[in-house]
Parts: sequence; C-alpha cells; structure tokens
Amino acid sequence: MGTAPAHERGWAPAAPSLLLSGITKRFPGVLANDAVSLALHPGEVHVLLGENGAGKSTLIGVLSGVVRPDAGSVSVRGRTVALRAPRDAIGAGIGTVYQHATLVPTLTVVENLMLGQRWSAPMRRDAAIERFETFARRLDVRIDPHAPAGDLALGEQQSVEIIKALWRGESILVLDEPTSMLTPQGVTELGRLLRRLANEGLAVLMVTHKLHEVLEIGDRVSILKRGRLVAELAPAEFKAMDRETAIATILAAMFDGGNSDAAAAGSVQPAAARGEAAPMLELAHVSTRPHGRETPLAAVSFTVAPGEIFGVAGVDGNGQQHLAEVIAGQRKASGGEIRLSGRDVTHQSVRERQALGLRFLTDDRLGEGSVGAFSVALNLVAKRVGEAPFWQRGVVRQERIDSHARELIARHDVRTPGAETPIAKLSGGNVQKALFARELSFDPQLVVYHKPTHGLDAANTRAARDLIRRRAEAGVAAVVISTELDELIELADRIGVMYRGRLIGIVPNERGAEATIGRLMTGVTGGHGAGDA
Amino acid sequence: MSAVEALLSATFVTAFVSGAVTAAVPLLLVGLGEQISEKAGVLNLGLEGMMLVGAYCGFALALASGSFWGGFGAGMAGGAFVAALMALLCVRFALNQIVVGIGLTLAAQGATSLAHHIQFSSTFPRLPRQPELALPLLSDIPVLGESLFTQHPFAYLSAAAIVLLAWLYRYSNVGLNLAAAGEKPAALDLAGVSVVATRCWAVLATGAFAGAGGAYLANVGAGLFVPFMTNGAGFMGIVLAMLARGRPSWVLAGALVVGLSTSLTTAVQVAGFQVPTDVVQMIPFALIIIFLVAFGRSARLPEALGRPYERGAH
Amino acid sequence: MRLIGRAHIEAVLRPAAPIVIALAAGGLILALLGRDPFAFYAQVVRRAITSQSGLQETLVLMAPLLLIAASLIVSFRAGLWNLGVDGQFLLAAVFVAAQAPGWVERMPYWVAVPALFLLAAAVGAIWSIVPALLRAYQGVNEIISTLMMTFLGLSTSALLVKTVFDDPDTAVPQTLVLPVAERLPRIADSLVHIGVPIAVIAILVVHYVMTRTSFGTRVGIVGHNPAAAHHFGLNVPRLTVGVLALSSALAGLAGAVEILGVRGVVRADWHPSYGLMVVPLVFLARFHGVVSILFVAFFAVLVIGGESASRRADLPNHFLLIMVALILLILALVERTAGRRAEAL
Repeated sequence: MGTAPAHERGWAPAAPSLLLSGITKRFPGVLANDAVSLALHPGEVHVLLGENGAGKSTLIGVLSGVVRPDAGSVSVRGRTVALRAPRDAIGAGIGTVYQHATLVPTLTVVENLMLGQRWSAPMRRDAAIERFETFARRLDVRIDPHAPAGDLALGEQQSVEIIKALWRGESILVLDEPTSMLTPQGVTELGRLLRRLANEGLAVLMVTHKLHEVLEIGDRVSILKRGRLVAELAPAEFKAMDRETAIATILAAMFDGGNSDAAAAGSVQPAAARGEAAPMLELAHVSTRPHGRETPLAAVSFTVAPGEIFGVAGVDGNGQQHLAEVIAGQRKASGGEIRLSGRDVTHQSVRERQALGLRFLTDDRLGEGSVGAFSVALNLVAKRVGEAPFWQRGVVRQERIDSHARELIARHDVRTPGAETPIAKLSGGNVQKALFARELSFDPQLVVYHKPTHGLDAANTRAARDLIRRRAEAGVAAVVISTELDELIELADRIGVMYRGRLIGIVPNERGAEATIGRLMTGVTGGHGAGDA
Repeated sequence: MSAVEALLSATFVTAFVSGAVTAAVPLLLVGLGEQISEKAGVLNLGLEGMMLVGAYCGFALALASGSFWGGFGAGMAGGAFVAALMALLCVRFALNQIVVGIGLTLAAQGATSLAHHIQFSSTFPRLPRQPELALPLLSDIPVLGESLFTQHPFAYLSAAAIVLLAWLYRYSNVGLNLAAAGEKPAALDLAGVSVVATRCWAVLATGAFAGAGGAYLANVGAGLFVPFMTNGAGFMGIVLAMLARGRPSWVLAGALVVGLSTSLTTAVQVAGFQVPTDVVQMIPFALIIIFLVAFGRSARLPEALGRPYERGAH
Repeated sequence: MRLIGRAHIEAVLRPAAPIVIALAAGGLILALLGRDPFAFYAQVVRRAITSQSGLQETLVLMAPLLLIAASLIVSFRAGLWNLGVDGQFLLAAVFVAAQAPGWVERMPYWVAVPALFLLAAAVGAIWSIVPALLRAYQGVNEIISTLMMTFLGLSTSALLVKTVFDDPDTAVPQTLVLPVAERLPRIADSLVHIGVPIAVIAILVVHYVMTRTSFGTRVGIVGHNPAAAHHFGLNVPRLTVGVLALSSALAGLAGAVEILGVRGVVRADWHPSYGLMVVPLVFLARFHGVVSILFVAFFAVLVIGGESASRRADLPNHFLLIMVALILLILALVERTAGRRAEAL
C-alpha cells in the first residue's frame, strides 16, 4: 500500500464518490447553505474550511441525513440518494464522525459499535470483536473492546468514533471538526490516519476552521463563507503552491482581501512585558479529588501577578476543568492553598471570592453559564441574587436590574432584541458577550477565562481577545485556559501546561515557546522552561 | 398450641409463603414492565392506570368466558391500550410525562370504576378459584414445595419472564437499543435506529406487563374486581423498578419483600399476635427508605429518563 | 403590583378552547351512556355555582386544594417532585385533629389556632426531612423517597388514629371530635370558614415570593438549571432542604385547614388523595399562583357540581375522574401544539 497521495501516483482523478449539487438550507433568520456544490473523490482528503457560522455543520447534517435540504441533491457514485434519516446515509455508504461524542458512555466499545442493527438480528459479539481488532490494526490503535466507552481517553474515543463511522463498510468518511481535542502531535497523527484511509480508496471530507490543519492534512481545499462556497483549490493546484501563497490565497478567499486576521492565521503577537509586584493569585500545591470523568488536580502551583495574563495550555481533559473550578470556588481543594491578594481563600465560597474580585467565565456558556429561560437582564445579575442594589431586603428592584442590563448591553455590544429576551435566543457570540459583560462588571481583580473564544467567529474572537488584553493592561489579572495555542501565544505573558492534572511546566511567552509547549502537552518534561516562576 | 408453635406449623408457613407469592407476582410483573420503560428513558406514571385497566378487562373476560388465559390476554391488551395512549402523547408528541402519566391514571381509575358500575352496579361477582399447577418433584419438597411451587401457571410464566428479560437486556440488539435510548438517545438516532419507535415499543411492553399484573391481581389474587383495587401497587412498581438498577432479578427481590410483608399482615392476625396491621404494612416502605439511605447514592437512573427526544435538539 | 394583568387573562383564555373540547368529549361519553349531557352540565353549574350552599361548598373545598397547590408550586419551581404531599397532609391532619380539642380548651382561641397551624406545618415539614436530605446530600431521586414517605405516612396516620389518638368512647377508630362551635369561624352566615381566604392569601404570598424575591429567583435557578445554580454560587443542598420543608409545611397546613375548618375529626380510613389531582392543575397553570387559583376553582366546581350531577344521572362519582383526566390530557396537548407554533414563528 503506497503512502503517496493518489494524484501523485499518476492516477487520473477518479469519478467522485459523492456529489453535492446546489444544496440550500434555510433556518429562521439565516441562510445556512446557499447552493453549495461539492465533490468528494476517492483517494482524496478534502478539507472544508470555514469560520464558525459559515454553514459547515449544516452541510455535515445534510450529508449524514440529520438535516433535509430545501433544495439541491446528493448523489453517491452517480446515483441520486434521498438522505432522510441517518439510516439512509449509512446505507449510502457515508460514515460520519460528529463533533460531539456519539458514544453511549455506559456501553462498552464493542457494544457501541454493534449499535444500529435491526432489533431482530441476532447479536454476534465475537464476530464484532474480531472485526474491531481488524480495524484497530488498520488504524494502529490499541483499545480494550470491553472497556466502557465513557472510560476511554478523548483521543481513544475519537478513534472508536472513526471505526464506528467505517463499521458497515462505508467508503465515504466525513469528519466534523475532529481536532479540537487533540495535541499538535495528535493532529499530525490524525492527518496520517486520514491519508492511510484515503490511500485505501476512501473519500474523506474533513471540516475545520483552523488554517494550519488545512495545510497539513488536505489534498483538496474548499472554502465556505456565509453559506456559500467561495473557493476551491484542486489537489494539483494546491500542492503546487508554497506555504505562503497557499495561506494568502485562502485568507483572501475567507476575508475579502486578506484582512490578515490573526485569529485565522494563528500569527503571533507577543504580549507586553509586565512589572514585578506582589502576586494577585497564588496556588500552592492545590489538589482535588477525582469526580466523574474529569481529571483531578495533583499539587498544582503557580502565581499570577496583578495585570498579568497567565495562560494555561494542554490537551482538553488534563485537569483544566478542575483548575478553573477550584480557583473559582466551585470545587473544594482536597489539599493545598489558594491565595487571592495574599488572602487565604481556600475555604471561601464562590460568592465570597467574587466579592474579593475573583471572576470566572466558564466555557459552558449555555450549560452552567446562564439560565436559558431567564432574560438577558436577569442573567447579567445572576451571580448577585439578593445583593443590593438589585434586591432590597429580599425584594427585587426590577428597574435597577433593567437599567444595569441596558448599560452593559450597550457597552459590550450585545445584540439582543431587548434586555428581557430569554438569553437562549441569542446567538452563541452574543451570549458570550453577555457573560463577558457580567464577569467584568463591578471591578474585577482577577478573571479566570475558560476557553473564552470557543465557538466564536473571527470578529467576536478578535473582540474577546482585545477585551482580555485591554483589561489586563488596566490591571485586571487573567488566567486564560485554552486549547488554542495561538490564542495563548497572542495573549499570555507566561504559559503553564497541564498534563494529567499536573502543571508540568511554565514557559515564558517568547520565541520557540510554541514548540516547547507542544512537547510539554504530550507529557515530555525536561529541558528549559519547567518550574515555577 | 402456643403462638410460636402456630407460627412454625406447616399449614401456617405454607399459607404464609403462598400468600407472599400471590401478592408478589403482580408487583413483579408491574415492576418488570416499568423497568423496560425506564431503561428506554420513559418515566411511566400511568402504570397504576394500566394495571387497573388490565385488572378490569382481565376480570370481565374471565367472568364472561370462563377462561383464565383469555382473561390474561384481555388484561395485557387492556394495559397495552392505555400504554398506547401514553406512547402517543409522551413519546410521539413529547408531552410532559408526569402530567400525562397522572392524567391516564386518573382516567383509568374513573373509567374502570364507571365500567364496573355499568356492568355490575353494586354487586361483586366472584371468579371460581383456579386450580393451581404443582410442579413435579419441586412441589414435593416439604412445606416450601407446597407453597412455592404450587402456583397458578401464570406465576411460573412471570418467573420465566425474569430470565427472558435478563437475557434480552444482555444478549440481544433489543437490549442494546433500549439502553442507548435511555442513556444517550442521540447516539441511537445517529446509528440509524428510531428512538421514538424504540421507546414506543418499550411503553407498549410495559402496558402489557402491567395489564397482566392487574389481571393476576384480580383473577388469581382476589378473585373479583373492586374499583381502585390496585391501591398503589402501580406506584410501588415504579419504585421497585427505580431501585432495581436495571436488573430484573432485583425487581423480583423487591416484589418478594413487599409480598412477604403483605402476607405477614394476615399471617400475624391469624397467629393471634396483637401487632397492628398498619405496622406490618409499613415494613416494606421503611425497608426501602433504609435501603435508600444506605445505598441510594450509588443508584443510577438512565441519563435521559423523563426527557423527550428531539433530533438535533442538543 | 398588578394582580390581574393581560398575561394572566391570556393564560386563562388559552385553555378555554381545550376545556370546551374536553367538556364536549365528556358530553359525548355521557350521551353514549344514555345520559343527557346538557342536563348533566347544567346540574354541575346549578349545584356548584348558582346554588348558595353549593357555591359555599365549592369555596370550602378550595381551601385545602389551594394550599396543596401552593405547596406544589414551591417544590416544582425548584425542579423537585414532592409527591409526598398526601402523606404530609394526612399526618398533619391527624396531629391537629388529635390536639385541637385539648388545646382549644386550654388556651385562648386566638392562640390555639395559630399554634395548631404551626403544629401542622411542623409535622408536614418533618415528614419531608428524610427525602430532602437524601436528595440534597446523596442525590437520591425524590420521587421514590417522597412516594415511600406517603405510603409510610398513610400507615402511620392510621396507626396513630387507632392507638394513641383514638377516642376511647367511639366504636369506630377516630380522634376526639372538635365541636363545631370550636372550628374555624365562618364568614357571614355561610359555610365558608376563614381558612378559605387564608388559603387564597397563602397562595398569593407564595406567588409573590416566587416571582419577586431573591429566594424565589434562587429557587427558579435551581429548578431551571442546577448546574448554573452551582456555578452562580448558590447553596443547592440547603435550598433543596429549605424548599422541600416549605413545600411540605404548606401541605401540612392544608391538612390543618381541612380539619379545623370542616371535619373536626379524622377517621382511621380517611385519606383523600387531593395531591394527585392538584399536580396536573399546577402544571397546566405553569406554576403561576394566580392562574392556579382559577384552575383549582374550576376543578372544585367540577367536583362539587359533578358529585350532584353524577348522582342525578345515576353514575358513580368516579365518572368525574374521567372528565378531569380528559381535560388535563387535551389541555396538555393543546399547550404543546401552541407552544410549538409560537416557537416556529
């Protein structure tokens, strides 16, 4: 089996395995897909690039049978197919790896793979296990088929999802943003895996919003912008370009004349130097107890100076969740101390820490960050229920909540029909702006930002990062926890790396930091940069 | 003879154990049925109603035709009918499961009471006592054999149902689909299986089981139908299913505990003890509370229980 | 504070159509049974609304129902299923029935009555401690635990009435009777005792607290999104226990009102299952206090009037259950379709 891409081996581009023609889909208020036409060829890794909100997920929905297009058709190997339900897509040979896990955590790996058979069919567990082992060899992974899916690491779960997508002999593989949980090395491995699969004759479509993945993994590149396909680079063309030209071409297509958005290109903007001062936040050997599937902390120590931006890097699931929660007060520390401005807050509640100036912008904006059914106005004061001036002797002062809300909405440009609109009706970007508004009000001293730009489009991402930086310059210290390395490189003064619940190194944000951090993210310590500052 | 001797006499123990089994079988059936719904993610509060309708239909047909088996069939059909309404309203139309469940129970209580009034007005005709089936060999065991293994044939079927369900849950695609529907319906949907269909079948099966339980209660347990005769047995079944952690054998254990204490009530009175029946009746409930205090923390209910499924809603 | 606003009127009119449909369906059943539906409904109205004594009975029935509705509103808004209201109600009623004759004799009346109310509230609250703690600190589903406590409550009540609280002079096991003269004072010359306005005030107060105070907001956060409650720094376990205690205290008060206002005695075999019937009413009122009053009133009319109409039509009383169930189911269906249509716009 050759390892060179199909087109380099001199094959003529094969007839497309899958053809999307003129796919159009409208949702209330937004045209998600506008006459999109796309072809997937066997032997090719076709990368679909687009900002969040460009319509990528809708297109995936059409391919997997979850979304029915208003117009347009899908044909597989020349035959038009009606994809009315996931079952039809599977039947047509299309296997999809979704962005959010579709494994049942309480069932074992092999049970998850067997899911979807006719109820009357006999269950052949042994045959399934054998089949799994074949796949595992093919993908070069080692996973226990009898392990409950919920116990697997994120990367392993993704491998199982890929196997699941190919389980019934599918020849077309569609992946929706598969790299959000991976280290830089993991991304490379995924790229190699997709390459191997393509070489076997599969047609692979990978959807992403990260430019560097396109460069690393793709044979053919299509760019989706605001629902329309605005550019396509065929393999011959794409491979012929050098890196700079490719980047420029793609950016031009995405941003109408190379707006040179640092967010998309991942360019580096070093943060200004900060002066020496007594630490704003100190963690000394903080540990937490295991709870559910999240990784607990093991003796984490670091300090954050006033006005400093301290970045926390690491593959998702290495303790970042516990770290954010333990600083905020949502989780009890089982050991160690936390000090805010020199004051021991280890045993203080969320509200007490908030009163001292500590704020927490959670990554789960619709889950724990807000109450969807409540108005924007109420959400903006939701961490101050019962406090003056919004409540007086237990009774609500609605006018005060409303005027406060109007002020914040204006200041942070939250697009909403009104302050009394239920916050769930706002777009993700505006919900995030509202949460920023809430956490940054009433004189914060230190804010923990957990994945602050996750799921936001370029403009909102830019605005959010600028906001974090401006506030830091004004003295509001920050702990920015993010899986986007370029974000940390842009914002942070120093970057700590989480690995299996430990802070295994702190790297000053200078030249070469990215490589060091990448190594640390895989657990490789040693070399410069490790240790407390 | 003294009270203790009376308690330990063969006749007494036989009657006691036999009574316990008779009381336990309806609870077992109802609990097994509810367990199917719960596994699939549907909280079925209409169980009491399904049981009542099953009791009435079972009784009416058995009385009219003289056939006990026909009675069980009618009972299962009656329970399934109510379940079909539940499936339509809660699974297909995604209405609130608690409101619909209580609504159906109230409707069933009213309807069966009305039907009884219309058919029998204030009389309470009795069914003749059905001969029991003595299992060969096993029923020859002294004392226990006569009580435990000499039961109405349907009791044996119920026991067989435990084994069948346990096998189904572990070794069949049906079991897999049920588990996925209750834990993560999106995963089932994306695998190409209809969550709505899976849940509907589960609810229908629950209705059939509950109806059978009701029919057993009326035809074998009491021999007649009295309005509201289930008296909370349906809700008890819900509790047993919730405590059973997905294992049919645990439903049996719970049903036996409750059955034993029910039988104990009569037994104690027969033996001449001055223990108030209310105290004895409290035993199973108190035991459950103690069980909850000791083991409640680790009990896991299916993740999607009570939440209607809509594609793309996550 | 606007008590009856446009939203309230809409909330009442919205179910009007389905109620009419349900009544029509009920009428159809009546016709199939060979009874005259119009005469039936006419009798319902005549008895429950237009007849003096009937209207009074309707109002009197509303007292315990409103307090139970208040109890359920508090707990459902917090996302907690307090299905133990029937047990809390009965146990409190038994304690009040047992103590009332003695207390009324030994204390001034205006001290004894509030004291008895406090007793009822305390008994109700105590009866929810175990499920509350289990839920707050062990995460145990309160549906199971409160249902168990209801069954236990029923047995315990029966036991108490037959033993400790038994009136030795009566053949039937029951508590000492509170003489009619000592029961809650009546308004004007009617059957309507002060428990009725007290219940109305109670549910209005509960509505106010739930919608206009910080406690109510906290409860709402816990009910809508427990994860957010934790994130916002609310003490969820403490709120859970507090809400269940308040809810069951109100259920206990319902028992007190029923005894002190109407019955004056508890027989061993008495256990009205008001709770079960009020649950769907409160749901349909979307946990809104004022709207609940209207739904409860409607229900009370149906019960009082229906009792009489059923007797006249030679139908068992329980025919009403079918009616009520029909209305609930149709209402729920219409609610959902209307909600869907509103979302799609």
